[in-house]
Amino acid sequence: MTQLSYRAAFALIVKRDLRIAFRHRDDIINPLLFFIIVVTLFPLGVGPESTMLSRIAPGIIWVAALLSTLLSLDRLFKSDHADGSLEQMLLSPHPIFILVLAKIVAHWLLTGLPLILIAPLLAVLLHLQESSYIALMLTLLLGTPILSLLGAIGVALTVGIKKGGVLLSLLVLPLYIPVLIFATSAIDTAGMNLPYNGQLAIIAAIFFASLTLAPFAVSAALKVSTN
Amino acid sequence: MMWKWLHPYANPETSYHFAGKILPWCARLAFAFLTIGITWALLFAPADYQQGDTFRIFYIHVPAAMLSMGIYLGMAIAALSGLVWQLKLADASAAAMAPIGATFTFIALITGSAWGKPMWGTWWIWDARLTSELILLFLYLGVMALHNAFDDKALAGKAAGILALVGVINLPIIKYSVEWWNTLHQGATVSKLGQPSMTADMFWPFLVCFIGFAFLVTALICLRFRTEILNRNSMRPWVRELVTTEVKTHAV
Amino acid sequence: MQFDSISAFIDMGGYGFYVWLSYGVSIFSLALLIFTSISSHKKIKLQITQRIKREEKLRQAAKLQQAQTSNDNSHNI
Repeated sequence: MTQLSYRAAFALIVKRDLRIAFRHRDDIINPLLFFIIVVTLFPLGVGPESTMLSRIAPGIIWVAALLSTLLSLDRLFKSDHADGSLEQMLLSPHPIFILVLAKIVAHWLLTGLPLILIAPLLAVLLHLQESSYIALMLTLLLGTPILSLLGAIGVALTVGIKKGGVLLSLLVLPLYIPVLIFATSAIDTAGMNLPYNGQLAIIAAIFFASLTLAPFAVSAALKVSTN
Repeated sequence: MMWKWLHPYANPETSYHFAGKILPWCARLAFAFLTIGITWALLFAPADYQQGDTFRIFYIHVPAAMLSMGIYLGMAIAALSGLVWQLKLADASAAAMAPIGATFTFIALITGSAWGKPMWGTWWIWDARLTSELILLFLYLGVMALHNAFDDKALAGKAAGILALVGVINLPIIKYSVEWWNTLHQGATVSKLGQPSMTADMFWPFLVCFIGFAFLVTALICLRFRTEILNRNSMRPWVRELVTTEVKTHAV
Repeated sequence: MQFDSISAFIDMGGYGFYVWLSYGVSIFSLALLIFTSISSHKKIKLQITQRIKREEKLRQAAKLQQAQTSNDNSHNI
């Protein structure tokens, strides 16, 4: 048997996860529906005045994005853990870093990307200032991968536990706070027609830090969970 | 050199007895320092010329806040050495620290809020320090919840250790982002408590209280560490022997 | 001594409620922590002794049974 190159192994896992997800389309659509419903609940809760809505729109969109990512995280390792393919993956000769990263990338493609695509429509519903749209897209583009990366750590820690769902949110949500703060502040700043490069740079820094560090934490956590 | 010196303490039995030896001394010292410190703080320390007698909250609030962060750091260091050198005892000590740290964080939050009501006029403001302390409490609760969720305590220690490490990397980012968020959203409307330049008659009771709390923390860590060791080694002969002899001496 | 009377001490210059609230909550939560730490330590020791006793009992029962079966066997022969 020939050794797969790192790139081939990475691509194989991404393709496999995407194929599985497309067979269960509900898994992709449900978090997205949840995102839309949460966003529509806010105007019903706080009232329809457009000034108020445009003031709180960045926060609403981002908090809804956090929650729907959290909802979809469960899928990341759970079924693989249940049918034993996760253990096979850990036993394979390839570095776990690559395999874990591939799974996270697949998760982001399935949940982060649809969120980004649908966010502008929801921003219209919330009367987001027009100058904020690009900032919204950029922060989501840089921020949702962070959500997948940090969330993967929480899932990897709780995958062996039966009632891991609520626990997962307790573990992961505090870690999401910096992303939330900088992303909403970037969108707010853009709404005031001020430069928001600083916030974007910090989100990018958090992104690269978690991209390099999170897979290590995930693989350590998976080793504990599959013990 | 250091390893040679440390090596006997990697044995659970030795460290169990070592913790048992220092525990009563720490407890006594904590009791003495805290009695003196709190009496001093409540009765003899002068009232602040601006904040009056509310300043007496300071003698609990600040040591609790400092220790809450210190314990988290200690927990993360223990978790790191547990992960890197596979020291099972380090995991046990990290698990012992989490509830203590959570209690001190809770105390820091409550006292901060009770201090804020007369000074700022509200029980809670989204002040950077209060907010990051609140998030610290969430991190502690996460570590404790994860630790409780596992039945196998050795696995629980490892999992909680990973979470503590992720948290400690995140903590500076959270603290910085919260401070930044706060200055952006709140501006100068908050009349922050100016860092009081402490006079000697305020500094000494503070120091005594701090040392007392630190000894209390050490004693509690020893106690909980012993419990964790017993929990993980309950099948070992030395534990059985120890427990049966203790039961016999109590019965006599 | 900063206070003239006990009532002044309790009043804390008008801030009595806040000062005593913080001291009370702190002492209460620390006492709770100390109590739970001690009780969990005792509980784990109790669990271990109970397990030892149970194993002892099982061992004796096994021995008894063995003795009985060997008795029965001797009868049969």
